[in-house]
Amino acid sequence: MAIALILVVVVVGSIMFHVLSPWWWTPIASNWGYIDDTLIITFWITGVVFTLVILFMAYCVLRFRHKEGRKAAYEPENNKLEWALTIVTGLGVAAMLAPGLIVWAQFVSVPDEATEIEVLAQQWSWNFRLPGADGKLGLSDNRLIDADNPLGVNRSDAAGQDDIIIEADDLHLPIGKPVKVLLRSADVLHDFYVPEFRAKMDMLPGMVTYFWFTPTRTGEFEILCAELCGVGHPHMRGFVVIDTEEDYQEWLQEQSTFAQLSSPTKLSAAARLEE
Amino acid sequence: MIAALIFLAIVVAIAGWWLSRQRLFSKPWLETGNAGLAPGTEAINQPASKVGLGVFLAVVGALFALFFSAYFMRMEFPDWRTLAMPRIVWFNTGALVLSSIALQMAVVAARRGRLQALRQDLLAGAAAAVIFLVGQVLAWRALAELGYFATSNPAYSFFVLITGVHGLHMIGGLIALARTAVQSAGGEVTERLRTGTELCATYWHFMLLVWVIIVALLAGWLNEFADICRQLLV
Amino acid sequence: MADATPQAVDNIPPAEVPEVELYHPKSWWTKYVFSQDAKVIAIQYSGTAIAIGLVALVLSWLIRLQLGFPGTFDFITPEAYYQFITMHGMIMVVYLLTALFLGGFGNYLIPLMVGARDMVFPYVNMLSFWVYLLAVLVLVASFFAPGGPTGAGWTLYPPQAITSGTPGGQQAGILLMLASLMLFIVGFTMGGLNYVVTVLQARTRGMTLMRMPLTVWGIFTATVMALLAFPALFVACVMMLFDRLLGTSFFMPALVEFGEQLEYGGGSPILFQHLFWFFGHPEVYIVALPAFGIVSDLISTHARKNIFGYRMMVWAIVGIGALSFIVWAHHMYVSGMDPYFGFFFATTTLIIAVPTAIKVYNWVLTLWRGDIHLSLPMLFAIGFIVTFVNGGLTGLFLGNVVVDVPLSDTMFVVAHFHMVMGVAPIMVIFGAIYHWYPKMTGRMLNEAMGQFHFWVTFVGAYAIFFPMHYVGLVGVPRRYHELGDATFVTDSLHSLNAFISVAALIVGFAQVVFMFNLFWSLRYGKESGGNPWRATTLEWQTPETPPIHGNFGKDLPIVYRWAYDYSVPDAPDDYLAQNDPWPQKAPASEAAS
Repeated sequence: MAIALILVVVVVGSIMFHVLSPWWWTPIASNWGYIDDTLIITFWITGVVFTLVILFMAYCVLRFRHKEGRKAAYEPENNKLEWALTIVTGLGVAAMLAPGLIVWAQFVSVPDEATEIEVLAQQWSWNFRLPGADGKLGLSDNRLIDADNPLGVNRSDAAGQDDIIIEADDLHLPIGKPVKVLLRSADVLHDFYVPEFRAKMDMLPGMVTYFWFTPTRTGEFEILCAELCGVGHPHMRGFVVIDTEEDYQEWLQEQSTFAQLSSPTKLSAAARLEE
Repeated sequence: MIAALIFLAIVVAIAGWWLSRQRLFSKPWLETGNAGLAPGTEAINQPASKVGLGVFLAVVGALFALFFSAYFMRMEFPDWRTLAMPRIVWFNTGALVLSSIALQMAVVAARRGRLQALRQDLLAGAAAAVIFLVGQVLAWRALAELGYFATSNPAYSFFVLITGVHGLHMIGGLIALARTAVQSAGGEVTERLRTGTELCATYWHFMLLVWVIIVALLAGWLNEFADICRQLLV
Repeated sequence: MADATPQAVDNIPPAEVPEVELYHPKSWWTKYVFSQDAKVIAIQYSGTAIAIGLVALVLSWLIRLQLGFPGTFDFITPEAYYQFITMHGMIMVVYLLTALFLGGFGNYLIPLMVGARDMVFPYVNMLSFWVYLLAVLVLVASFFAPGGPTGAGWTLYPPQAITSGTPGGQQAGILLMLASLMLFIVGFTMGGLNYVVTVLQARTRGMTLMRMPLTVWGIFTATVMALLAFPALFVACVMMLFDRLLGTSFFMPALVEFGEQLEYGGGSPILFQHLFWFFGHPEVYIVALPAFGIVSDLISTHARKNIFGYRMMVWAIVGIGALSFIVWAHHMYVSGMDPYFGFFFATTTLIIAVPTAIKVYNWVLTLWRGDIHLSLPMLFAIGFIVTFVNGGLTGLFLGNVVVDVPLSDTMFVVAHFHMVMGVAPIMVIFGAIYHWYPKMTGRMLNEAMGQFHFWVTFVGAYAIFFPMHYVGLVGVPRRYHELGDATFVTDSLHSLNAFISVAALIVGFAQVVFMFNLFWSLRYGKESGGNPWRATTLEWQTPETPPIHGNFGKDLPIVYRWAYDYSVPDAPDDYLAQNDPWPQKAPASEAAS
C-alpha cells in the first residue's frame, strides 16, 4: 500500500517540481533557441514515459499485491505486446533524435559571414584576440608564448600585427553578427561556457576547437570554465559584453593591437642594447 | 579506434557464431526435462584450461589492438616520424618463428607419445624465445645509441612501449613453458603434459601473430591501411 | 523455432562432466583467509568493496557539506575538495560497484546458480582477490602520500592529471592512482576468466544457456565486456605513466604552465579521452547488466511469476552488451573531436535506449497479474525501477548530441549518472543482499531495520538527485568547489543546494543502520531455512545452508527446466525448482540425497 502511494507521490511531486519550481534555464541570449526547443521535446516525451511507467507500476502493486489465495498468472511472453512496445519506443526515440540531428547539423556548419575571434584559456583566466582591420587572425603557437606575447602570436605573420589583444579583460561583441569562436588553451583542458549562449566547447592545448553563435540580446554574460582544470577551476571567470554596433565600435577604438603592444618592448629592448 | 573495433568485430563474430548454436530462439518454458536437449547446448566439452586460454587470448588481443589504435591515432599528428627499424629486429623475428615451430613440433611429439623428442622441442622453443628476448634488449640499445630517447620521437616511445608489453607477455609464457618442461622430466607423456604443451604452443603462435603485426606496424607497412581507414571515417 | 510441446523426461545418468578435483582446506588460514572456495572469496571481495565504499560514502558527505554550506568548513580546501570528488568517483565506480557485482555476486552466485562445485580455476580466483586487495591498499596509500591523492577528477584527463595545477599531479597521487588501477585490472582479469569459463564449461547437466537465470546472464555478459573494455583503461594508464615518468608525449601537447614551457610536444589529450571512454562507457553497462539480471530474478521470485519475455530479456542483455562498445564518444561531444562524429554516436546511443526500454517494460509487466509479496527485495527492486527509469530517461537528453551541448559538464550530468549508475545499481545491491543473505548466513536480515533502510534510502536518494538535475539546468557546472556569485545564481539555488546536502547526510545515516543490521542479524536474525523465498534456482536447493565447500551433495543437481517456473498451472506448489523433474518422478539417486 505505502509503496503504491509513494510511487504516485514521486510522479506527481516530480511534475509539480518541474512546473512550479523557480529553477529553470537562464534566458537565452543567442540564436540557439532550437536547442531549447529540442530540450522541450525531450522533456515532454520522457516525462510522459516516466509518468506512464511509474503509474502503471503503482497500479500493479496495488491491484496484484499478495493476498491469501491469490495465484499469479502464467504468461511467459506476449510477442504482439512486446513488438508493439518496441515499435512505439523506437518512434519515440526517433522523435527526439531527428530534431536533435537537424539542429546539430546547423551547429556544425558555420555561416560564411561569421567573424572569427579567438579565446585563449590558461590557468585560470581568459584572453581574447579579435582580427584587426584585415579581418584575419594571424598564426599562433603555444611555443611562442612568453611574458611579452601572452597569446603566442607569430611575430613574422603580417596578418597578426593588427590583431586586437585583450588580456584578462572583458570581451565585447556586437549584437546580431554571427561569430565563430576559435578556442585555444595554453596549458590544460578548459571549456568556454556561457550559460546564456547554450553553446560550449572544450579547449585543448595543441589544437584549435570552435563553435559559432549569433548574439541576440545585449548585456553582460558571465563566462565559466566547464572542464576541471585544476584547483582554480571555479574562479576562472570572465565576461562577454554584447553591445549595440555603436557601443561596440566605441569600445573597439580603445583597444590595442598586437603591434602596438609589442613595439614598446621592442623599443626598450633596442634602447637597452644601445646602452 | 579502428584497430580495436576490427578486433571487437572478430570477437563478436566468434561469439555470435557460438551463440547461434545455443538455440537462443527456443522457448525454454516449453522444454521441460532433459532427454531432448539439442546437442551442443550444454557445457562445452573441452578442458577448462583450453577454454580459459581462448578467453585469455581474447583479452591479450584486445590489449594489443588498443595499443595499435592508440598508435594509429597518434600517427596523425604533425610531429610524427616513422621509425627506422634496427636490423636486429629481423633476426629476432626469425628466432620467434623458430620458437613457434619448435613448440608445434613438441605438440606433435606429445601426441605421438615421444617423450625424448618432446623434451628437446620444449627446450629448443624456450631457448629460441630467450634469444628473441635478448635480441629485443639489443634492439632497444641499438635505438638508444642512434640517439633516440623516449622523448624525442613518439614512434620510438611506441616502439619501447609495445615491444615491452609483448616482451612481458613472452616472459609470462616462458614461466608457463618452464613448468611444462619440468613436467616432461617425468617418465611418460601424461594427459596433463600433453595439454600443457598444446596450451604453450597456442600461446606462442598467438604471440607470434601479434609480433608480426607489431613489426608491420612499426616498420610503417600499415600506414596505407591506416590512411584508407581514415578516409572511410571522414 | 522450437515451438514444441513439453518433452517427456527420461531418467538420465548424472553428470558426464568429470567431477572436479576439489581443493580441500587444511587449516584455518587456508579455509578463511587464503581460501580457494568461491563463496569465501565472494565474501572477501564484498567485504573489501563495502569497506572502501564506506570511505567513498564519507567523502560524499564532505563533498555535500562543502557544496551545501560553502565557506563553513575550512578544512575542505579546494585541493581537498578535488581529491575528495576524484576518490569518491573512482572508488564508487571501479572499486565498489565493479568489484561487488562481479567479484562479490559473481563469485558467490555463478557456481551455485549453474550447478558447479566451484569456479574452474580456484587458485587463480584466490589470486584475483589478493591482487584486488593490493589495488585497494595502494589506492588508500595515496591518501597518506605526500601531496595526497590525485585531484584530477575520476576521468583523469591529461594534461591536468599530471601537471602542477592539480593536486597530486606532480606528486605521488596520480602515480598511485594509475598503479592501483593497473593492479585492479590485472586482478579483475584473473577473476573474470573464472566467471566466463565457469559459465561456458562447468554448467551442470541440463543447464542450457536458455535455462540460466538472468542473474547469470547479466554477470556473464558484463564480465565478457569488462575483459574486453578494461584493457583500454590499462593502455591509457600505461601511456600516462610513460608521459609522467619518462617524459614521452603520447597525450601531452606543447604547453606553457604558469609561464613555463614544459618539455612535452605533439601529443593529444583527445587520444586519452578515446581510450578512457572506450573503457568508460562499457563500464556503465558492466555495472548495469548484473543489476538488470539480478533485479529480474528478484522481481520474478517475489511476484511469484515467471519473468515476462525471458527471451527478449536475454537478447536485450546481449544486444546492449555489444552495442555499448560503439557509443563511447557520446561522452566527448564537446571535447573538441571531429564534430561530425556526433551524428554517428548520437544515433547509436539513442538506439541502445530501445533494448533498455524493453527490459523496463518486461519488469513492470512481470508485476502485472502477479502475486506481489512486498518483501524487502521487492521494495528495493521497485525502487530500482523508479530510479533507473528516471536516470535512463535523462540519458536521452545527454545522448542526443545537441541537447548535450548546454547540459554537458553541468550538475545535470552529475544527477543523471548518479541516478542511473549510482542509486539504481545500489538499490539492486541492497535488494540482492536482503535476498541472498539468508543463503549466505542461514539467517534473515532484520525486517524493521530493513524497512527503515529502504524508505530513507529510496525517498532520500530521489530527493537528492531529482532536484539536482535542475541545478544543472540553471547552468551550474560540475566540479565547482564553490559556486560563488555568478550572475545566474540566486539565493533559492543556494537553499536548494543546502536541502540536497541535508538529504544526502540523512541517506548516509541510513546506510549505517544497514551496516549494523548486517552484523546484528548474523547473530540475532530469524533462522531462514534453506529456501525462505521458495525460489526455483539451484542455489536455494543446496543440501546445507550456508552451502559447504563443494556446494552440492554427492551428485551435482540435474536441471530439468528453466529458472522461472512460478505459479505453473496444475503444479503441486507455486514454484518448481530447476532440478525438480515434475511431472516425472525424481531419479533414484536424487531422491536418496
